[in-house]
Amino acid sequence: MRDAFVKTLTAEAAENPDIMLLVGDLGFGVVAAFGDTYPKQFLNCGVAEQSMVGMAAGMAAAGRRPFVYSISNFPSLRPLEQIRNDVCYHGLGVTLVAVGTGLAYGSLGYTHHGVEDMSILRSLPGMRVYCPADALECAAAVKEILADPSPAYLRLGKNKEPLMHDAQPDLASGAPLLIREGTDVTLLVAGPIITQALAVAEQLEPEGLSVRVLTCPVIKPLNAAAIRAAADGTVGIVTLEEHTIHGGFGSAVLEGFAVNGWRTPILPLGLADEATHIIGGQEWLRERAGLSTDHVRKSVATFARSAA
Amino acid sequence: MPTDLARRARVSALTMCSRSGASHIGAALSVIDILSVLYGEVADVAPHRTEDPARDIVLVSKGHSASGVYAVMAHAGFFPVEWLDDYYLDGSRLGGHVTAHGIPGVELSTGALGHALPFGVGRAITDQLDGIDRRVFVVLSDGECAEGSNWEAALMAAHRDLRNMTVIIDRNRLQILGRTEDVLGLEPFVDKWRAFGWEVVEVDGHDHDALAEAMRTRSERPRAIVANTIKGKGVDFMEDTVEWHTLVPNEEQLAIALAQLEVTEV
Repeated sequence: MRDAFVKTLTAEAAENPDIMLLVGDLGFGVVAAFGDTYPKQFLNCGVAEQSMVGMAAGMAAAGRRPFVYSISNFPSLRPLEQIRNDVCYHGLGVTLVAVGTGLAYGSLGYTHHGVEDMSILRSLPGMRVYCPADALECAAAVKEILADPSPAYLRLGKNKEPLMHDAQPDLASGAPLLIREGTDVTLLVAGPIITQALAVAEQLEPEGLSVRVLTCPVIKPLNAAAIRAAADGTVGIVTLEEHTIHGGFGSAVLEGFAVNGWRTPILPLGLADEATHIIGGQEWLRERAGLSTDHVRKSVATFARSAA
Repeated sequence: MPTDLARRARVSALTMCSRSGASHIGAALSVIDILSVLYGEVADVAPHRTEDPARDIVLVSKGHSASGVYAVMAHAGFFPVEWLDDYYLDGSRLGGHVTAHGIPGVELSTGALGHALPFGVGRAITDQLDGIDRRVFVVLSDGECAEGSNWEAALMAAHRDLRNMTVIIDRNRLQILGRTEDVLGLEPFVDKWRAFGWEVVEVDGHDHDALAEAMRTRSERPRAIVANTIKGKGVDFMEDTVEWHTLVPNEEQLAIALAQLEVTEV
């Protein structure tokens, strides 16, 4: 997914000299191609995220389209006030790009787990939030971001996520994207944890439960009406994210339905309210955090029965 | 007429704070001479050119000196002086911290400290890439030099050799709870900027000729002007006091202050 990001941005930069890629001394072996191709559109800002975002705002005020690239929470939480005041307060077209969010950097420990970012970034005024599930959604998100001059946050996994689509999807409407047809219950997923959702659907099929699986790469502005329509005919919606359930994707869906008075049963699945102290890879941590295939399968089955 | 601009701005800032109950008058009086020379004399900015792509960029990082910033800018013609009348009051265009929204000539909304220098560095890098020779001025308070973001940006300005970048530090040696050197010492302050790769000069921050010369001078590196100032400058009972960062002049105090400004050549 990160390769898809750099590749897409490199292609866009060929036609758009305003595009700038700012990195916080991260992206070894990944961003070099961009810097080599467009040295005047590339800047390594060093390990200095606050000034990096402030600088990006200054560049955007001068008409540039800066993408601020780093890993996990470094382009979001560290410079949060710069994002809020310099970028959002002024409505500037700065895009924050976080690679390896969720538990992707599992064994590096909690400092490197990007698991509260969507809640926080989503609350900022005018900030668009994208959480693609694969390289094609990522490329589509970059194009969607560039189509509008407002602030954006692009939340990425790491790499080698399996492709969910045959072609690049259109994210203009923000509607969720159907990945697997099903008739009983809707499983709505933000990000690369889609693989877990598909495994769950596969396992529940022989148990007589037909699970409709969709990705929802556009977290904000959320198209709640399209989500409701996409879940039509099923008993309710289970949301799944590799992120705290407090204020994240599931919360966004719940809000979207509640403000409209829609009473669709919704079960948000995500991480619990705790700083993890256990060490392990992404799959291992998902297991421990209640996001294993087994856990999700049981939760979906129970929800589907009780909501029916 | 920068001297008269500063005097009129002081009168307005005092009146604005007294009328509305806003604090930070000490910080405003401290920086008004710097701003008057910058907006009135040195920076290539003008009320009819606020959207001119070739204009100089002036950023005031100490957003809490808003009454002073607005007063200088209004008297310099950037917007009607009448706008100052409802400063800080319900529905006003002008809030207690500098805001760019709808205010001609203000480039950046500030209020949280340590924001304008990184923003200015971003602008200066863009100019450097585009071969534009315009200058970027950033006015900092000394207290806000405790913010790490300033030093991050200072590193980058030197690293990129941003010779169009000029920082003016309002060095009044006071912050909310005391003297800067007692709260979180900055000295040796000039050496710090120099060690970060900046060319540094020290001037009397109330001497308009000295300020203008220091601001006009171009250097081969990013330039820091440490302007030694007196917080509350121009009103004797406010000068060099901790409390007038926060206090609001009542009517009697305002009358005394204004009387001093009428007779004192600032």
